[in-house]
Amino acid sequence: MPSRPLLEFTEKGIYCAVAKVYLDPWKPVDKAIITHGHADHSRWGHKQYITHHTNIPIIKHRLGDINVTGKTYGEMFSINNVTFSFHPAGHIIGSSQIRVEHKGEIWVFTGDYKVENDGISIPFEPIKCHTFITECTFGLPAFKWASQKDVFNDINNWWAENKSEGKTSILFGYSLGKAQRLLKYLNPEIGKIYTHGAIENMTNVIRPMVSFPETTLVTRDTKKEDFIGNIVIAPPSAHGSTWIRKMVPYVTASASGWMTFRGARRRRAIDKGFVLSDHCDWDGLLTAIKETGATKIITTHGYTEIFSKYLRELGYDARTEKTQYEGELAEIDTKKESEVIE
Amino acid sequence: MKLFANLIKTLDSTNKTNVKVNALATYFEQAPEKDKVWTIAILSHRRPPRPVNTTLLRTWASELANIPLWLFEESYHIVGDLAETIALVIPSSTKSTTKTLTQFLEEMITLKKKTEQEKKTYLHENWKVLNYYERFVFTKLITGGFRIGVSQKLMTRALSKATQIDEDILAYKLMGNWDPNTISFQDLVLEEKESDFLSKPYPFYLAYAVENEVFDLGDISDWYAEHKWDGIRAQIIIRNREIFVWSRGEELVTDKYPEFQQFLDFIPDGTVLDGEILPFPNGEIGTFNDLQTRIGRKTISKNLLQKTPVILKAYDLLEWKGKDIRNLPFSKRRALLESLYEDILSLQTSEEHKIPLHLSEKMTFTSWSALAKERDRSRLVRSEGLMLKRKDSPYLVGRKKGDWWKWKVDPLTIDAVLTYAMRGHGRRSNLFTDYTFGLWNDDKTELVTFAKAYSGLTDAEFREVDKFIKANTLERFGPVRSVTPELVFEIAFEGIALSKRHKSGVATRFPRILRWRQDKKIEEANSLEDLKTLIPSNIQDS
Repeated sequence: MPSRPLLEFTEKGIYCAVAKVYLDPWKPVDKAIITHGHADHSRWGHKQYITHHTNIPIIKHRLGDINVTGKTYGEMFSINNVTFSFHPAGHIIGSSQIRVEHKGEIWVFTGDYKVENDGISIPFEPIKCHTFITECTFGLPAFKWASQKDVFNDINNWWAENKSEGKTSILFGYSLGKAQRLLKYLNPEIGKIYTHGAIENMTNVIRPMVSFPETTLVTRDTKKEDFIGNIVIAPPSAHGSTWIRKMVPYVTASASGWMTFRGARRRRAIDKGFVLSDHCDWDGLLTAIKETGATKIITTHGYTEIFSKYLRELGYDARTEKTQYEGELAEIDTKKESEVIE
Repeated sequence: MKLFANLIKTLDSTNKTNVKVNALATYFEQAPEKDKVWTIAILSHRRPPRPVNTTLLRTWASELANIPLWLFEESYHIVGDLAETIALVIPSSTKSTTKTLTQFLEEMITLKKKTEQEKKTYLHENWKVLNYYERFVFTKLITGGFRIGVSQKLMTRALSKATQIDEDILAYKLMGNWDPNTISFQDLVLEEKESDFLSKPYPFYLAYAVENEVFDLGDISDWYAEHKWDGIRAQIIIRNREIFVWSRGEELVTDKYPEFQQFLDFIPDGTVLDGEILPFPNGEIGTFNDLQTRIGRKTISKNLLQKTPVILKAYDLLEWKGKDIRNLPFSKRRALLESLYEDILSLQTSEEHKIPLHLSEKMTFTSWSALAKERDRSRLVRSEGLMLKRKDSPYLVGRKKGDWWKWKVDPLTIDAVLTYAMRGHGRRSNLFTDYTFGLWNDDKTELVTFAKAYSGLTDAEFREVDKFIKANTLERFGPVRSVTPELVFEIAFEGIALSKRHKSGVATRFPRILRWRQDKKIEEANSLEDLKTLIPSNIQDS
């Protein structure tokens, strides 16, 4: 009988049978090792959570009081003779890859990741391994990111232009991750930065670890004329809600990798789309995979089948496993966001 | 090219009509003269013929992007637009070009006759020096029209804003046959010349659907009613011993309908008729399905001409004795049309010489309820419902409310099961929004495909169905997926007829999703037999 693989894909999540732990499980389990704070990776109901210490306040903010142990990057810890460690994934603050080693065999699970240094999270570090379990949210050659510097030039120019026309800028971004990345690089010399409650709260959780420009929470007392020329960062669920009505006249924009497609922006009736993602683009994925030295690749979410097929053509032993991770889809699916955050 | 690419980008990135009009007007004030003409041509679907076929485009783009062709194809299915896919997969460069829109289009015209190798070199060279958005626009010019929510009307409005020329006059000037390669902006837009007007049709007057109750339209004695014929709206122009047939899409289709040449023998110069081209097999009005056999064919065989002849069902007279009479009240225009028709009948000496011209019967009613009864007969006479026209109405330009209304019959509906899905295009790219629906066969063992539909759900519903499809895919056939039969939708359609060309044996007209029947299980969906009972009896017999 062939021996069981080090990590298996089960009903509840990615499972290490030797250590009896799950990685980012989607159903309640006894012991879960967690890559980062997004809702599709750190779910409710596990008896014990192990994660990078930066994630602890973020996950607690979302899930309340949980039983959690914090680790640092590179710190090895053993469970039943299996060695685990966290390594930077560069996706959002605290996001980590999980390295799993047993009897000389090494697997790495990425969770979500990107290769560009965003200046907020610790940049992605390629880890040598035999089997690499990777997301491929944007695993198509159509996805190519411009540098963060160029994108923020565009965003700040857009804001300044709206201001010159006497309009309010409303920028939609997911409350955890994207909102802080936007906030970090907005130019406060242009005007005031307002935030939606969900974003203000999450940002306050992260402020002790990262410096951000000053923000003002939108409240009932905020006057209509206060908004003119300023910018508001809001979760996608705010689009089309009564909440943004008092910001008239306004211009809306969304920042997401999905804005690559003209159709994605038009479908959501958003005025402007900025292509800005916390996931790898096509070249990013291929570079990252190459640098791990892995020969076996498992794709978990995104354009998994197309991407695996291409990897096989490149000579990798690649396959797809079904998971319940959603990648950046959660970012623009407004219904999801409101369920998670509010 | 930069100016034009920026214009397209602005038009593409707003939903607001005013922003679009302003962007266009500004462009018409700034752009080089020749570029303006080409822009008008492109936005009114007068592109030069496609110089390179899409198979070659795909192959050469994937070569330049250094990806296998299958991966390009997969990307195209997901992006949903060929030019956009090409622009996305080809790496961006830091180079740039100063060529104008006109230069590009002139090159594309000569490109058509070049060798394959020359074509490939041309494309690769240009793809390499254009930035992402210019590359998209450049490729779009090769592959097809821009669907960026700019109607002819909107463009005319902007042009009027930029030139101070009246909108209706511009609409008239921009109609018809003109070649952007040879005409100047001065000739096309600014200058008025009599000789240009020989083939020019008038802009069509289009009706809105009745909004509330039909009796809200007031006194019924102010109105004429006609059946709303289901064919091709057309204008037939007879001037200077020549005949021109224009379809509503502003396409000159004279050659497709040679039977109208006989009009020249009976109708004097300076006459313009408005009416509907209808199929007329076996001496009676056919279905739109019959007309399909004539549409899209440039050369018409004798056989086809005999099997499916067409007639013009005339309902209005726009020009009479060389004079534009659109401002006369409809009752007067109609009286002139009827006397013209009488004259023609008296000139025709035998049945053999009967020309394919019919009058759309004008009806008057004494009550709205009598009118409603007539409307209920529509499917029997093969019309889509009724047209209501105010007796004193002038012939207006474009879609206007008030004087003409269409009052269609309620659509037929049936509950069907979602069986296949494909990703949409444009704003629906990357979402499964194009659906195929099936109905039960006789013993309820199999779902038989009967219609495809692309519209009728809200964006939120589309997202939900998309999610279902992704989670319930059975098989993939290129871009198409078969899905677990589970979702039931109520499908509405305008007309129905037996058809040998359809697997189900039935063709439906304008199928669309009316609503998602989340309350129904697939066992409760309708059968093919149920569908066939909806076919009007006189059509079943024929």
